[in-house]
Amino acid sequence: MARVVVNVPAQAKRGEVIEIRTLAGHPMETGFRRTQLGELIPRDIIRTLICTYNGAEIFRAELHPAIAANPLISFTTVATESGTLEFRWTGDNGFSATQSAAIKVV
Amino acid sequence: MISRRTFLLLGVAASAAHAQLPPNIQEIRKKALDEAIRKVVGNAQVRQGKVKLDIPPLIDNGNAVPLAVEVESPMTEADHVKAIHIFTERNPQPYVVTAHLGPRAGRARIATRARIGDTGTVMAIAQMSDGSFWSDSVRVIVTLSACLEEGLI
Repeated sequence: MARVVVNVPAQAKRGEVIEIRTLAGHPMETGFRRTQLGELIPRDIIRTLICTYNGAEIFRAELHPAIAANPLISFTTVATESGTLEFRWTGDNGFSATQSAAIKVV
Repeated sequence: MISRRTFLLLGVAASAAHAQLPPNIQEIRKKALDEAIRKVVGNAQVRQGKVKLDIPPLIDNGNAVPLAVEVESPMTEADHVKAIHIFTERNPQPYVVTAHLGPRAGRARIATRARIGDTGTVMAIAQMSDGSFWSDSVRVIVTLSACLEEGLI
């Protein structure tokens, strides 16, 4: 299981724009590098990150080999209601990781 | 410890890798970038402005370059940013990231860390809900390329 971290404020005012930061532990092997003996190292990257807020999709990103190892993605959303934010990363070789964070809106 | 034989083999492998780069690599990469942009924007016109790409102009280490894109937009149902695309000119592939946003984002701002292969232009294109495209590009200088890191065993 890959190590993933999300940073969501625990509490926010209704209508406030909050910043969400996500980090996934992954080498993001580009598929363009070679070993010392000249063999190509196969590509192994995270392809997508999807974030849902109480079941509704609020953000989706498509990643490419040009994203650095341990992809950090940060974005914003409006705090509409209390609930949970679900994050799902999927990638090559069947990579999949999920994480959720609770938010309280006052 | 690398033996003399392995070392020689490495030399052969390295020169073979170099030989694979065609002489007109500049044109090929320019074409790949143009094609990638065309695929995103179609026949629409890409205008300068509204988008602010924040990336250091001088990059020491191309393996993890912090960059942020902010687009001027009220982010309402009627007028919002649908997607932000980032491209680089000198990587093996022009694509970096595509982020899909909506009115619930509140603010059109994303940040990430990218690999930048070589000195060249980095470009951000924002796709608005009215179908228009806006862009910003920054020329960056890279001292340590992302693609030249030490290979694995």
